[in-house]
Amino acid sequence: MSFCDRCGGPVGEGDHTACLAARQLEPPRFCPHCRRRMKVQVLPAGWHATCVEHGTL
Amino acid sequence: MSERIMAAAERVLETGVGLDEAGVLAVLRAPDEQLTPLLEVAHRVRMRWCGPEVEVEGIVSLKTGGCPEDCHFCSQSGLFASPVRAVWLDIPSLVEAAKQTAATGATEFCIVAAVRGPDARLMAQLRDGVAAIREAVDINIAASLGMLTQEQVDELVALGVHRYNHNLETARSHFPLVVSTHTWDERWDTLRMVRESGMEVCCGGILGLGETVEQRAEFAIQLQELDPHEVPLNFLNPRPGTPLAEQPVLAPKDALRAIAAFRLALPRTILRYAGGREITLGDLGTREGLLGGVNAVIVGNYLTTLGRPATADLELLADLKMPVKALSAAL
Ligand code: SF4
Ligand SMILES: [Zn+2]
Ligand SMILES: [Zn+2]
Repeated sequence: MSFCDRCGGPVGEGDHTACLAARQLEPPRFCPHCRRRMKVQVLPAGWHATCVEHGTL
Repeated sequence: MSERIMAAAERVLETGVGLDEAGVLAVLRAPDEQLTPLLEVAHRVRMRWCGPEVEVEGIVSLKTGGCPEDCHFCSQSGLFASPVRAVWLDIPSLVEAAKQTAATGATEFCIVAAVRGPDARLMAQLRDGVAAIREAVDINIAASLGMLTQEQVDELVALGVHRYNHNLETARSHFPLVVSTHTWDERWDTLRMVRESGMEVCCGGILGLGETVEQRAEFAIQLQELDPHEVPLNFLNPRPGTPLAEQPVLAPKDALRAIAAFRLALPRTILRYAGGREITLGDLGTREGLLGGVNAVIVGNYLTTLGRPATADLELLADLKMPVKALSAAL
């Protein structure tokens, strides 16, 4: 895991505490491996997130 | 002054006729110590004119992101640097979403698309989707697809879409500061066609878009004039990359004042808790709203953000002894 899945920033840089808190009520948006924006589908009882390179989370 | 507001609220309770703009404004400006009595009378108005049932709905995005419009609150506009990517939902996933919704006991399933208005591809996907849902699930189908032509209105009626959502979003006087790619009046035109078609009209908006309290009252009165079947109330959840990303979230007490005010403006309307309630009011807020005029909820997740689990809302309704509206009663 190299990138924050909410803001896409490098995990080792900056503070992602707010991202982590926000993720309680948001699906991930960035692939944690390559920081590409993922295709995200939210359903009433769940979500799917897919990176073109790294597949479905 | 404060006695005048309470007297006006009691008149709404007796007559079922909503407050005027000055009355709504007085509720929105009520001092903290008056908030509880106002929520109580708003609740009694809802119980008297709507009854104890709560209408439960699930929503899903058929086409997410990449919208050509520039609504400044929206993470699905293609014009902002939002992390939300454009994506279409396939029919099996749409049916799955409808099943998840029906499993909560919900009577309403709303299919939403991030578009200015539908094109042929979207209408075809909707047609196939509605047919597939009908095969698998017993639920009322609603839609929210942006601005419509008369032909599209007619087609939705023919498909059996029973309610159409199109939000005016905010007061007419504030709208140009929030959206520049279309006008409030264009939205009103679609609502007029929907109304004339016999479909139920669902129209609400988002509070906390930088509107003044006066504009919030203006908006309530504009909705009163429209007289929709349902008003979904959203509270801004500031989205990264949008022009309103740094807008502060509405103060919880102002959100509750707004709930009481909108109920007292719209005594007979289905008033639905929609997006942003979790972030604005926390877990306790759902209870306070349901005891302050709200009589409908969106359960589960929203279009691009997540909600609290449906079970949390259903347990709360049981606890409050508010029955979930049944499908037979809804038809
Ligand atoms: S029209 Fe709808 S999807 Fe498009 S930017 Fe406005 S609110 Fe978002
Ligand atoms: Zn982050
Ligand atoms: Zn990746």
